[in-house]
Amino acid sequence: MNNIELVFPEIFISLSIMFLLILGVFKKESSRIIQNLSLIVLLTTAVITFNETISVEQATLFNGSISIDYLSSFMKIVTLLAAFVVLLISSNYLKTFKIFKIEYPILILSSVLGMMIMISSNDLIVFYMGLELQSLALYVLATFNRDQLKSSEAGLKYFVLSALSSGLLLYGCSLIYGFTGSTNFNVIASQFNANEYALTFGIVFILVGLAFKISAVPFHMWAPDVYEGSPTSVTLFFTMVPKIAALTVFIRFLYVPFLNLIDQWQMILVFLSIASMLFGAIAAIGQKNLKRLIAYSSISHIGYALAGLATVSNDGIQSSVVYITIYIVMNLGFFSCLLMMKRNNIYYENIDDLSGLSKNHPLLSLSLLIILFSLAGIPPLAGFFAKFYIFKSVIEQSMYFLAIVGLLSTVVAAFYYLRIIKIMYFDKEMESYDTDHSLWLKLSLTISTLAILIYFLFPSQLTGVVSKIILI
Amino acid sequence: MNFPILSSLILLPSIGALFLFFTRGKNDNKITIKYVALFTSLVNFFLSIYLWILFDQTTSDFQFIENRVWIEGLINYQVGVDGISILFIILTTFITPLCIISVNNSVRIRLNEFLIAILIMETFMIGVFCSLDLVVFYLFFEAGLIPMFLIIGIWGGSRRVYSAFKFFLFTLLGSVLMLVAIISIYWITGTTDVVKLYELGIDPKYQNLLWLAFFSSFAVKTPMWPVHTWLPDAHVEAPTAGSVLLAAILLKMAGYGFIRFSLGLFPTASEIFTPLIYTLSIIAIIFTSLIALMQEDMKKLIAYSSVAHMGFVTLGIFTIQQQGIEGSIIQMISHGLVSAALFLCVGVIYDRMHSRLITTYGGIVTIIPKYAVLFMIFTLAALGLPGTSGFVGEFLILMAAFKDNFLVAVLASLGVIIGAAYMLWLYKRVVFGKLINSDLKKMIDLNRSEIFILTSLAIPTLYFGFYPDPLIKTIEVSISDLIQMYNYNLASKI
Repeated sequence: MNNIELVFPEIFISLSIMFLLILGVFKKESSRIIQNLSLIVLLTTAVITFNETISVEQATLFNGSISIDYLSSFMKIVTLLAAFVVLLISSNYLKTFKIFKIEYPILILSSVLGMMIMISSNDLIVFYMGLELQSLALYVLATFNRDQLKSSEAGLKYFVLSALSSGLLLYGCSLIYGFTGSTNFNVIASQFNANEYALTFGIVFILVGLAFKISAVPFHMWAPDVYEGSPTSVTLFFTMVPKIAALTVFIRFLYVPFLNLIDQWQMILVFLSIASMLFGAIAAIGQKNLKRLIAYSSISHIGYALAGLATVSNDGIQSSVVYITIYIVMNLGFFSCLLMMKRNNIYYENIDDLSGLSKNHPLLSLSLLIILFSLAGIPPLAGFFAKFYIFKSVIEQSMYFLAIVGLLSTVVAAFYYLRIIKIMYFDKEMESYDTDHSLWLKLSLTISTLAILIYFLFPSQLTGVVSKIILI
Repeated sequence: MNFPILSSLILLPSIGALFLFFTRGKNDNKITIKYVALFTSLVNFFLSIYLWILFDQTTSDFQFIENRVWIEGLINYQVGVDGISILFIILTTFITPLCIISVNNSVRIRLNEFLIAILIMETFMIGVFCSLDLVVFYLFFEAGLIPMFLIIGIWGGSRRVYSAFKFFLFTLLGSVLMLVAIISIYWITGTTDVVKLYELGIDPKYQNLLWLAFFSSFAVKTPMWPVHTWLPDAHVEAPTAGSVLLAAILLKMAGYGFIRFSLGLFPTASEIFTPLIYTLSIIAIIFTSLIALMQEDMKKLIAYSSVAHMGFVTLGIFTIQQQGIEGSIIQMISHGLVSAALFLCVGVIYDRMHSRLITTYGGIVTIIPKYAVLFMIFTLAALGLPGTSGFVGEFLILMAAFKDNFLVAVLASLGVIIGAAYMLWLYKRVVFGKLINSDLKKMIDLNRSEIFILTSLAIPTLYFGFYPDPLIKTIEVSISDLIQMYNYNLASKI
């Protein structure tokens, strides 16, 4: 077997999951040690991924069913690091709700494993396996706070709708398999015949299924409810990590098997993008709950990332990757703030709970201010550059309509971000929140805020790394 | 010249702000933090004066250019000044310390944060005037929204939230189209470097749409009729120092943008759209002057008068003649000084009486005579009395307008008359007349710092009114070369 070292990260993480499960069963009161070990596992996997695969330009394994290239390595590392941070900062939250159990880190690890498989899949079956592995772990995570009605509801909703979308995906896969005779992406690409309507149907079904997973409009209905109901630390995970994997799969599908049928899917993608950007921006205006608000905001952000993909150019793919990376950092900062809104062991998550935050917690509110302006895409913060790259690639392809709609929806979106800032800075103060946060939480907020703030000093670093992603 | 003087000008206020940020929590030593901010902005002022001394007036080339790779293969951080931009930089560095001195009475809460916001604002404003790359320009242009939003929203009056939102969203809406245009320019010409773009020129078939996109941004910022409605709200609700910054400098960004980008990059389109600008300017001049006449609120009156004055500026710019553009720049500088002073004057009596309504006052000339004198100077400057800087600008603009279009010039002159009417009427109702409101008797005359601020604004107003030569000398060559380039591009492209 050649190149087996390229899947070392996956092998390592699956062995670790099994080991941790056994450890958890036999050792009593082991949630802390498993949490710490999981952190080490995630970090080690990231290091292994970096060492083994980052230099590989393009390689396939297992009869071409797994493909390792720069895109997959980069996205895996981002996934692992994001999961690492989520796990790191969620322990206090879990302890408050008395759900600091061994299953939590293990579920996160398994879903990360599923995502890693998804990211490097080059075959319909492998892709589906990875997808289901991550989804199953995510259903359980959504209901993790099972004593709370909302959490159970979220999990159930997520399960039903996700199962539906998986069904659609599977149906699309079967259509494509039926008409091309292969499950391998590269073979499919070579067998594609634009005159087969069934193939177009297959593409549509797959795109719909994937749009469900990244919650693009009009397949977004589950997102606000699930985000609101899930425990905040899980919501943080939902808004970041599965999006990376789903976006990568999106890129992979569009640019490997479907590349020759651009005419068929480009319009769909433009529609998804415009609808997400606009709907996400407009629907967020009326929200009162911060988690719901961030759900709509994430819908709108996914719209921008899709706009990059709709351009059918390497520039577009790279800009989407940059976008999602910056988005993750902003989201991390936002949720760090959310996790800090705690008073007497109760977490607050309504917008009004932020009222007058700037008087009692000047630093916290300043960080949130920077993060929100960045989410709104105001220069010179990182969020502006993310949007700038997207629109640069969109305008390069002369898709002016998409660019103008996108930019106008940033203005609408600015309104609700401003509303949060208004409540923090202009309104009357309330009781102050606890300040005894864990060091890691403070650190993650500080680092993400600083990264957003000083991104403009080193804009070439991230784009330099991403510019190696070349698919077309 | 190896010393990066422009970058220092841009960065220095931010460093001061950073310093203030780390001295937070010690709110009892308000004097100290104010001195830190004042010191920073004064150093910046002297640095900019030094820049003016070093500035070579005989060439229209960009000077003190700094060029660094910023986003590899895409954008260079490039700054530089020519005769057009240097005066705005000096105006910015001159007004900022005055704003900082003036915060004494008007800002009672969170002084530290206020000073940080003002210093950060200064960074962005200077950045706008010296950036020579479209993306860098956009970055500074937009970034200014953040501190201004906070200044209006946190320290503003009763309707501050509405005004802050209106200000932010109006400006953002205008600007995003400019971003589309900037990126389009990048793909059409392969660069966003202004100096290179001046040489390359832009294909006339794209110019109209690009011009309109830039116009949408600048028109909101100027503000031109009919998108001027955010300005009165923002001015009325902002704290005095915020109004001053807004009127004196923020509005000038758009005028500067018209000269630098609309004329410089899109001559064909500018020629086509000149009638549009003329019409909007005339409407702004006459219509908003009439509105100003009817205002009860002093700040609102001055805000509308700003719209009218900026109408003269846009009119002058698009005459595309030496006197017209020179007049516009001098009008902008003069308006920067005078409107700043007028807002400060209103701030002075507002701090004492907590009312901006004209009817509250009347007959205060005997109670606070020093104030009455200084207020008089600025009132006369605002209506363009000969001997004040306001006259020079308006005169040059009208002269150029007469050459270009008789009707426009006549209508604009009509605006001057209404302008005189509302300013004098304002002065009469506030300062003269019978003393009815007995509370006014308790008013105290100007204190030392207020006298200092107002006289330091009055001196240049009068000096440049009598002797505008230093200003004209500075901008002359740059403008004549700009017009030459404009005509050359126009002739070669059609």
